[in-house]
Amino acid sequence: MTSPLISVKDLTLRFKTDEGLVTAVNNVSFDIAPGEILGLVGESGSGKSVTAKSLMMLNAENSVYDENSKITLNVDDQEVDVLGLKSARDQKIIRGGAISMIFQEPMASFAPALTIGNQMVEQLMIHSEMTANEAKEISIEMLTRVGIPEPSQRFGQYAFEFSGGMRQRAMIAMALSTKPRLLIADEPTTALDVTIQAQVIDLMRDLVEEFHMSILFITHDLGVIAQTADRVAVMYLGNLVETGTVRQVIKSPAHPYTRGLLNSLPKLDDLEAELTPVPGDIPSPLDRPPGCVFHTRCVESGNIAETCRSVIPEYSMDDANHQVACHLATQGGQA
Amino acid sequence: MSDVLIEAKDLAVHFPIGGTLFGEKPVVRACEGINVQIEKGSFFGLVGESGSGKTTLGRAMLKAAPISRGEVTFTDGEVSYDLSHLKGPELKDYRKRTQLIFQDPYAALSPRMTVRDIIAEPLEVMGLTSSREETDERVRKIAAQCRLNLEHLRRFPHAFSGGQRQRISIARALVSDPKFIVADESVAALDVSIQADVLNLLNSIQRENGITFLFISHDLSVIAHTCDHVAVMYLGQIVESAPTAKLFSETSHPYTRALLSAIPSLDPDDKGKAQKLEGEIPSPINPPPGCRFNTRCPFAEERCRTEIPEWREISPDHQVACHFAEKLA
Repeated sequence: MTSPLISVKDLTLRFKTDEGLVTAVNNVSFDIAPGEILGLVGESGSGKSVTAKSLMMLNAENSVYDENSKITLNVDDQEVDVLGLKSARDQKIIRGGAISMIFQEPMASFAPALTIGNQMVEQLMIHSEMTANEAKEISIEMLTRVGIPEPSQRFGQYAFEFSGGMRQRAMIAMALSTKPRLLIADEPTTALDVTIQAQVIDLMRDLVEEFHMSILFITHDLGVIAQTADRVAVMYLGNLVETGTVRQVIKSPAHPYTRGLLNSLPKLDDLEAELTPVPGDIPSPLDRPPGCVFHTRCVESGNIAETCRSVIPEYSMDDANHQVACHLATQGGQA
Repeated sequence: MSDVLIEAKDLAVHFPIGGTLFGEKPVVRACEGINVQIEKGSFFGLVGESGSGKTTLGRAMLKAAPISRGEVTFTDGEVSYDLSHLKGPELKDYRKRTQLIFQDPYAALSPRMTVRDIIAEPLEVMGLTSSREETDERVRKIAAQCRLNLEHLRRFPHAFSGGQRQRISIARALVSDPKFIVADESVAALDVSIQADVLNLLNSIQRENGITFLFISHDLSVIAHTCDHVAVMYLGQIVESAPTAKLFSETSHPYTRALLSAIPSLDPDDKGKAQKLEGEIPSPINPPPGCRFNTRCPFAEERCRTEIPEWREISPDHQVACHFAEKLA
């Protein structure tokens, strides 16, 4: 097996707030192999974005990483200890160098008073030795690559002159122009129409093959995950509750939360099926439930409910690829 | 055919935009030639991409958008209104019979009012109750139906999650006992796990209170699960309208097809089979001639670029605006 591109080990992240330390990410470990798309799924408030931002050290000043947390990036036969990068200059490699990020709201992530071209050239010049002219050439080439018509004209326009889908394409072009090894895509299609979403998903799949990069794809839409990811990690309240290949997780989900997410999706092939919501709301991270974090909303715990309330479930290892943190799964089958 | 509650005939909504000093001012043709009937007690879905005019149509039906041409009539057994000429006391009366539920439950609730006050406000504004006790009683009753307890009523919106806030918005819409509710993208801002909960609630309200819903959404799978009749909009026009089951089994308009196939399949082995739509929705200031969908339609022929397709019924209760609907069905 080749070594992973990025390896996250026991990542625990807390925020200092007036109410005390809030745990946003708790003991999360995962690897992303080169060329792999890892989907990260969960409701809002589950810690998906915070986890992703840790890879680029983009979390706010009040964040505290636990001392056992370790994020290792392997590029060009070098191991980079991401959380050890303190100065802005050292952090260049994780901020646009080897890792790039695209955000959910493309309107909010471009500066409104600079042209798209300006912003693309600026970051290229920071990350390479290019001259402004070379950078412009590469930017226009990237805009063409992501399917923006009349790229040289578009290069001189502002974000407000682009439609939503085009802005997201420009964002992708910008993120990829430095040829990163890992692209973090935080809900890149959530703000888009389904028809445009389908185009963007296609584009991203093509680009992964062409540039042989990895993607950490964050979304709450399991359908999008099924269409894009190789592997899936499901998060709930800062914890990873299940990881596996996309087939394992979607076709034979082992955690009640994953099953809940799947059951609450409207399905087109069975219009009569009742939609079953996951009951209740995600608890406040200030008030994390003891034992299994999901027990307050779990409908399957049945006669082992007492265990769920008090004992934190271990990661099962029934199969090295498919792991789940649930007492039900480890204590004799499903409910 | 059962009673029609609200009907639009050749409805157009145009918004003028700044132009030059001379010559005709350009207009955004947000809705054009809309013909639609919503039956009493139905859950009518309206689907389309952003910019297709769904919201404008919904608002025109509430007389919250200007009606430039055509007519909208509302008949509920007690009154019969022609919306384009509605004003004064009649308009006020119409407002009592209709309500709107917004998309973003974080923006739709005043942060400085308690939940009780938010839900009670329509009653007070419309003067529907005569005493505070009566108001409180109605608020409590509706709140219970939307699964909000007494403790919740004393709190402010910031204390609630997205799903709970949307239930508060629903309670506010229901409290004045309207006949017709427009729910504009009411679940789009919610997580899937919560979305299912709100959809189930809306469905049970429709059954129990006999309210007619116009449910606007960009998500066909959500529409499929809640609505009994669906109209598909594209660039200001309705291109296909049919009972839900029929729309899915006998999809006739290429745009409806494209929308359906763009929904990401949950089956990982189903990758890339979808028929993809190229390009983006054109500007409604200058819509393409002929069929408005011809610029993106995979089946477009010469005729589509010149001749506007007729809005016709291809089977009972199933209308479509496409020259080649029979070939595609």
